[in-house]
Amino acid sequence: MTVTTFKPDTAAQAADAVRWALAEGTPLDVAGSGSKRGLGRPIQTAYTLDLSGLSGVVAYEAEELVLTAKAGTPMADILPMLAERRQQLAFEPQDLGPLFGQPAGRGTLGGVVATGLAGPRRISAGSARDHTLGIEGVNGRGDLYKGGGKVVKNVTGYDVPKLMAGSYGTLTALTELTVKVLPAPEDGRTLLLAGREDAGAVAALTTALQSPHEVSGAAHLPAGVAARSRVRGVAGAGGAVTLVRLEGFGPSVAARVAALKEELGADAVLDRDESLAVWREIRDVAYFCPHPNPPPLRRGGDLSPSPASVGEGRGGGNDARHIWKISVQPSEGPRVAESIRWALDAELYFDWGGGLIWVAAVPAPDAAAAIRGALGAAGHATLVRAPEDVRTAAEVFHPLPDPVMALSRRVKESFDPCGILNPGRMYAGV
Amino acid sequence: MRMPAPDDGVIARRREIIAALRAIVPGEGVIADESELRAYECDGLTAYRQLPMVVVLPGTTEQVSRVLRTCKEMGVKVVPRGAGTSLSGGALPLADGVLLGMGKFNRILDIDFANRCVVTQPGVTNLGISNAVAHEGFYYAPDPSSQIACTIGGNIAENSGGVHCLKYGLTTNNVLGVEMVLMDGTVLRLGGKHLEAGGYDLMGVVTGSEGLLGVVTEVTVRILKKPATARAVLIGFPTSEQGGDCVAAIIAAGIIPGGMEMMDRPAIHAAEDFVHAGYPLDVEALLIVELDGPPAEVDHLIDRVAEIALSKGCCYSRVSTSEEERLSFWAGRKAAFPAVGRISPDYYCMDGTIPRKALPLVLQRMQEMSDRYALRVANVFHAGDGNLHPLILYDANKPGELERAESFGNDILRLCVEVGGVLTGEHGVGVEKRDLMTDQFDEVDLDQQQRIKCAFDPDGLLNPGKVFPKLHRCAELGRVHVHKGELRFPDLPRF
Repeated sequence: MTVTTFKPDTAAQAADAVRWALAEGTPLDVAGSGSKRGLGRPIQTAYTLDLSGLSGVVAYEAEELVLTAKAGTPMADILPMLAERRQQLAFEPQDLGPLFGQPAGRGTLGGVVATGLAGPRRISAGSARDHTLGIEGVNGRGDLYKGGGKVVKNVTGYDVPKLMAGSYGTLTALTELTVKVLPAPEDGRTLLLAGREDAGAVAALTTALQSPHEVSGAAHLPAGVAARSRVRGVAGAGGAVTLVRLEGFGPSVAARVAALKEELGADAVLDRDESLAVWREIRDVAYFCPHPNPPPLRRGGDLSPSPASVGEGRGGGNDARHIWKISVQPSEGPRVAESIRWALDAELYFDWGGGLIWVAAVPAPDAAAAIRGALGAAGHATLVRAPEDVRTAAEVFHPLPDPVMALSRRVKESFDPCGILNPGRMYAGV
Repeated sequence: MRMPAPDDGVIARRREIIAALRAIVPGEGVIADESELRAYECDGLTAYRQLPMVVVLPGTTEQVSRVLRTCKEMGVKVVPRGAGTSLSGGALPLADGVLLGMGKFNRILDIDFANRCVVTQPGVTNLGISNAVAHEGFYYAPDPSSQIACTIGGNIAENSGGVHCLKYGLTTNNVLGVEMVLMDGTVLRLGGKHLEAGGYDLMGVVTGSEGLLGVVTEVTVRILKKPATARAVLIGFPTSEQGGDCVAAIIAAGIIPGGMEMMDRPAIHAAEDFVHAGYPLDVEALLIVELDGPPAEVDHLIDRVAEIALSKGCCYSRVSTSEEERLSFWAGRKAAFPAVGRISPDYYCMDGTIPRKALPLVLQRMQEMSDRYALRVANVFHAGDGNLHPLILYDANKPGELERAESFGNDILRLCVEVGGVLTGEHGVGVEKRDLMTDQFDEVDLDQQQRIKCAFDPDGLLNPGKVFPKLHRCAELGRVHVHKGELRFPDLPRF
């Protein structure tokens, strides 16, 4: 159990806490707001390094397309600031609070980068890694150091910021980040195709993604999942829906919607509000959220909490199902989904043109083997939500081939030779 | 610039080393004859030359693995090389090192339109990938100016950019997977056709590592559908400050152009004299703004850009009305380097990035330096992302001019760092900017980077003498110094 929490106000104090832990030989649980504590392998430490006191935007220069903020800055502060200048974090950071039964809007910038999670726009805009330009932080030796830069184009030295994205605080306790910010789309619409089977749906998404129409979202919700959407046009379609998002300047969106609707034979077009709402659901895995009483939907801005799953049917109320995130080459998506459905009592939906499958599976002892077996070499699977004992026993992150694992251990040691920072959060002994 | 002192003990074993390499790569794959080695003595940074001890040209991943393992066992340094187009000396050979040429890895392995990616060997040229998928209307987005010659393996080593990278990203944003070999011969696969690899983003740190971490033997890149159309507008300004303001205003309006280039007066004149692109000669700054995408979008935005330019006081504006005209706008910019080459016996191309708002200050200080060093400078500038390419004009045959040009260049790069920018936006550190790294990074920053190197190559045999100004032994870097009871912040909040 955690007994003591260090909550530094400055980066120098954070370095001091790590030096103290190093001297004591005791590991630290490195955390921001703790909104994603349920994600990853559980770790047990006597001390927590709480970075949420390192908060505040240091510099935001919209014309330079960069924002520098302390690691503990709440996303709830950053996103409205960007929206005011009609900008955004283009990788569409997920807000997974509700998936873990917590309120929405609690995450920090450091946590978003440390978990490296990206939303539907991943297919066109990249992930957190692609937008992290510079970092400052404390390595496991207690050294406060910096990596990368504060300009959008930089190849000076190793790209240390990339290593930070998705490292779950195991390499460095981040104290400050510089991220790339981009214009937010002026408009956005979504084409809807009704009643497609998985394979036909992914084929349609592939056609859309092969077109020159700059698709920025490509998802498929099988009937059971679509029925749980709070977006009328989606739930009311009466079956599976396949969704293709087009964003950009008004006249451009209008022209592309018209052209692609024709090319795909789409059944309907979701308006701007419905489009925003459904992609927020898809982004935040709202269909598998356990909230019995979803918070009211606030209009406008990216901050609105995702409408959580409706409190009916399987998975509503107390959804105890395990959530898996599966990254796969898109063409293999339907096959992998089929295998998972065959092996497990599971619901799932597709994002990233078929390349991302979110699975909610009724707990089964052989679930990990079934899912990873279905994947083969075509991708990897992460156990996103499960009780602590399951995440302790199972491999939460996809097992790495031996040589990659060995190199990962050496990289961990290069930052944190004594295993002070979140040891075991990703892999045992790392 | 000094390279690490050659190890006489290794050079004395040259015959033995060559024999060991010939046992792995038979026939013409091992080059030891001095006249043939000459072809490898430098890369695109021709000011520095060094004959390698021996060149080996493996043809398979297994051969690369055996070559590296053998070199490690024999304590021999290795310098990897793609097409040798580096502008920072990344492939400069070592007198006591093996030069590992990857030119035989020249096949595209898999074109996968369904997953929108290409799997290729690393020796395929950047343009070769685009050409291989052009029949279906696809292309590979990063487009360094050397794209006709440079290889995708080299692009990964350098994290290459190009004029379109503001909108489409650098190499690192377009690579999905690699197969690579570590110095001890271990073969690894990172990433693949899926979007997210598990574990640490090792591919992210390998990309742009300038051949210091491993040798890439296979690459998976994503491909994009070609934009339906592209149009450009040529805009002239009475001052460079107004040009910079215009760029900022375009971005503030939410427009990310496919390309946005700026040239200063000397560069405009050199280019116009050379290719007669029709550039205005009475302006201080010339912008080329290219918009690409669906026709409805391009038409909409080109009008908005023209309006913004007017509001920022442009004195010249021309919108391309045909593909031919668009290409003519680019002809001058693309010929800027050779155009400068016509007006000066030699030129030295720099590559810093600055926050764009610092442009007027940087141009003014650069002019002062130009006066002080008595050397002319012409500027071409990836305006969208703040990446400057000052071209310093000099004559290598005049005693002392090369040294003066180098000092001038170093001062420019220090200035870039001083205003909040970085030493290199796309050309890499290599040997060229190695000794300036301490201007951008503290010792603690560089130590951490070198510890990453130790995780990949603990003996420091892969491309030593590049990127880092000081070589440290990994054992020394790895020591942990613990100071018990030295909590310097007794007021550190805890509860």
